[in-house]
Amino acid sequence: MAEALPVFWHVIIAVLWLGYLALEGFDLGAGMLMQAWARDERRRRVLLNVIGPVWEGNEVWLITAIGAMFAAFPFWYASLLSTLYLPMLLLLLALILRAVSIEYRGKARTDRTRAVWTWCLALGSFTAAFVVGAFLALTTTGLPIDANGDRVGGPFAWLNGWAVLGGLAVVGFSIAQAWAFIGLKTDGAPRQAAARFLSRWTPVALVPLLVWAGAVLLRGDRPWTWALLAAGVAAAAGSVVAARRGREGLALAGLTLFLVAAWSAVMIVQFPVLQPSTVDPAFDLTAEIAASGPYTLGIMAVISLVFVPIVLAYSAWSYWVFRRRVRETHIPEPHAVEPV
Amino acid sequence: MDPLDLARWQFGITTVYHFLMVPLTIGLGLVVAVMQTLWVRTGREQYLRMTKFWGKLFLINFIMGVATGIVQEFQFGMAWSEYSRFVGDVFGAPLALEALIAFFLESVFLGVWIFGWGRVPRRLHLAAIWCAVIGAHLSAYFIMTANAFMQHPVGYEVVDGRPVLNDIGAVLANPIVLTHFPHTIAGSWAVAGGFLLGISWYHLWKRRRDGIDTVDEHGRVVVGTTGSKARDRLDHRVWITSLRAGAAVAIVGFLGTAFTGHAQAQQMIEFQPTKMASAEAACQDGTAFSVLTLGDLGAGDRTTCTDVTTVIELPGLLSYLAYEDFTTPVPGLNSLLPDFEERYGTHLPDDPLYGERAGAPIDYQPLMEVTYWGFRLMITFGGLGALAGALTLWMTRRGTVPDSRGWTATAVASIGAPFAANVAGWVFTEMGRQPFVVYPNPAMGVDEVYMFTAAAVSPGVSAQEVLASLIVLVGIYAVLLVVEVVLMVRYVRGGVPAGMPELTAGEHRDPDEDRHDRDDVLAFAY
Repeated sequence: MAEALPVFWHVIIAVLWLGYLALEGFDLGAGMLMQAWARDERRRRVLLNVIGPVWEGNEVWLITAIGAMFAAFPFWYASLLSTLYLPMLLLLLALILRAVSIEYRGKARTDRTRAVWTWCLALGSFTAAFVVGAFLALTTTGLPIDANGDRVGGPFAWLNGWAVLGGLAVVGFSIAQAWAFIGLKTDGAPRQAAARFLSRWTPVALVPLLVWAGAVLLRGDRPWTWALLAAGVAAAAGSVVAARRGREGLALAGLTLFLVAAWSAVMIVQFPVLQPSTVDPAFDLTAEIAASGPYTLGIMAVISLVFVPIVLAYSAWSYWVFRRRVRETHIPEPHAVEPV
Repeated sequence: MDPLDLARWQFGITTVYHFLMVPLTIGLGLVVAVMQTLWVRTGREQYLRMTKFWGKLFLINFIMGVATGIVQEFQFGMAWSEYSRFVGDVFGAPLALEALIAFFLESVFLGVWIFGWGRVPRRLHLAAIWCAVIGAHLSAYFIMTANAFMQHPVGYEVVDGRPVLNDIGAVLANPIVLTHFPHTIAGSWAVAGGFLLGISWYHLWKRRRDGIDTVDEHGRVVVGTTGSKARDRLDHRVWITSLRAGAAVAIVGFLGTAFTGHAQAQQMIEFQPTKMASAEAACQDGTAFSVLTLGDLGAGDRTTCTDVTTVIELPGLLSYLAYEDFTTPVPGLNSLLPDFEERYGTHLPDDPLYGERAGAPIDYQPLMEVTYWGFRLMITFGGLGALAGALTLWMTRRGTVPDSRGWTATAVASIGAPFAANVAGWVFTEMGRQPFVVYPNPAMGVDEVYMFTAAAVSPGVSAQEVLASLIVLVGIYAVLLVVEVVLMVRYVRGGVPAGMPELTAGEHRDPDEDRHDRDDVLAFAY
């Protein structure tokens, strides 16, 4: 039982990251599309109001993933975050700007300020997605850490092609996920436009994630995981077909399944290593080395088993509350706030 | 530059800044939930207007608390990796619980509340704000549990030199959190009360200045109206109710901090005697509470405490605070420091963990100029907030405020007092546990765990990195503070229609205009 606990927590943390990527994926994508895709103010406000009621809950998946890493694998948490000090700073800045611009953009009085908030939201979303991707890629391909888990080398010693590939992977996936979600949650022109872009550009958007997962699988020694990745590719293909037929719910499910398959394959290949070291494989952090004691893992497991279903239930309910598709005509005129 | 000093400044600045938003979120959230409850139960429009107006200000502030709170979750690992490794087994658990139990509840239900006007049934919508408020309180509880472990570690055993959790109940019921949590909640009420008070005063005064409200020969208010719903008779009720409720909440909050503060002093004398002594700038044992101590509080050779002169003191009060009698002397630093040196050493160990500080002498005396004045500023500003509340209740007993620019400026300025008290209190309590990041708890016996702040910083992170992040974070926080204040001021000046545009929507518009799809438009949209 005690031996199973680190494994259980390894799985839980993988699931938390999956939840974050799948859910916040469309928020981050929508944020990027605010600048890169939506051309007029009405379309932008449709995007903002589609993610408005749910984005904050989605972001908590990230906080929970980081908190769970701290509680269950403090050595992993400490090594990762201190080694990646500057990218983590960039992630924090991006998340701050993004959060504030979502809430404050609608309160802008001039087109100019509104444009500034739109840029903050788009850049913040892009940066957050990119850094999270780089972060996750480097946990699979390795960081320059010594026996204590501290960084060997300067502030950018971690930087390599994997980081860039991982960054692009999450950016690409998030954009595709956002088109699917916009297709599902809107009606009229934005719905059609999203479906058109989804069916045309999904294959391109998913390439970096596929390459990253494939490369990690090539480095590993569990060939059967290729079957999992292949199933993911099939789901992605199904997603494109669904988008062409106007079945956005299926398209979103297909993309999510692709993510689940690719991420699970990567996690399985890595197991039981949490964090490889590029300095010396002897310094790799494994679940066993980095884990908290059995009491902590056990009690936290019990609490999670009680609360995760509750969280899932009320989160799902909140999506159901806001299930109605948003049309451009639903967006009210902005109201000016004047001194009384 | 020393990465340790930079990292300490960074933690202090980001945490104090975060805690400008947090007490307002906690206190004002509760106030808004109560207002909405009153509206649902009585159906009186006055409460709906109050809910919408104060709710809007709550949201403007809330998002800043969320945005700056994320930094907290990351920076233990980023800048304090040795700390995270050392205490992670115990300390990580409340952070994870906070995210899982509190943040989800708060965020999901706040989303439902913001966008749920007119979309979910009234009672469900009310339940949403209460869930969010409960989430905010739970979040405060869990993070303060984590903090309590730094003040007074409990619920662990030592395995391989590190504390390992063995009793989650003890950690969650740490005697420190049982007093600090109500103290912080009471402090949040003081903040929310002052906020209601200052803003409502401004609006009542504006109604008087604009000649809408007047007073009769007995000084009693004569409520008027302009014909617009933004300035009708009910508008007066909105502000006078908010004002008097705010004054009451501010007073109750202050009394709450005083009672819990007394309990904290009793704990402090037992658990953290050096913090108590440095709160008093007390070198010698004594029973008197210092009102004014002069001299170079932080001077010279820190291993002895000299060169301070107490100018004004209240005899016996310090002993009352600590022991509830007037004669038992509270130990001063000169009697405490030798004991600490004997137990925990006179020099930092020759361990690479301490970097260039290895072997340096340890100073067990906290920075007295900070602790002494932090403690006094906390009490002073807290008292000023309560005084503002009491004055307000007296001055507005006839239903409005005086037509005076000076009093209005004073009332608006008093909004700052409880914020300042909160900041001073936290600076005091965190600086008072130095040089420890985890203050020892001798009651744990041979299992005693403690950690010097000097050992906690990330060994792999360079001073340049911390300096860069410090500059960037301070820069963006400064800009965002301006943005928040500008938005707050604009929405305050907008009055009730700022938070409730539907109130006056019909007044300037042709009623037939876009009626055909009015039902279809979202009640609230970004």
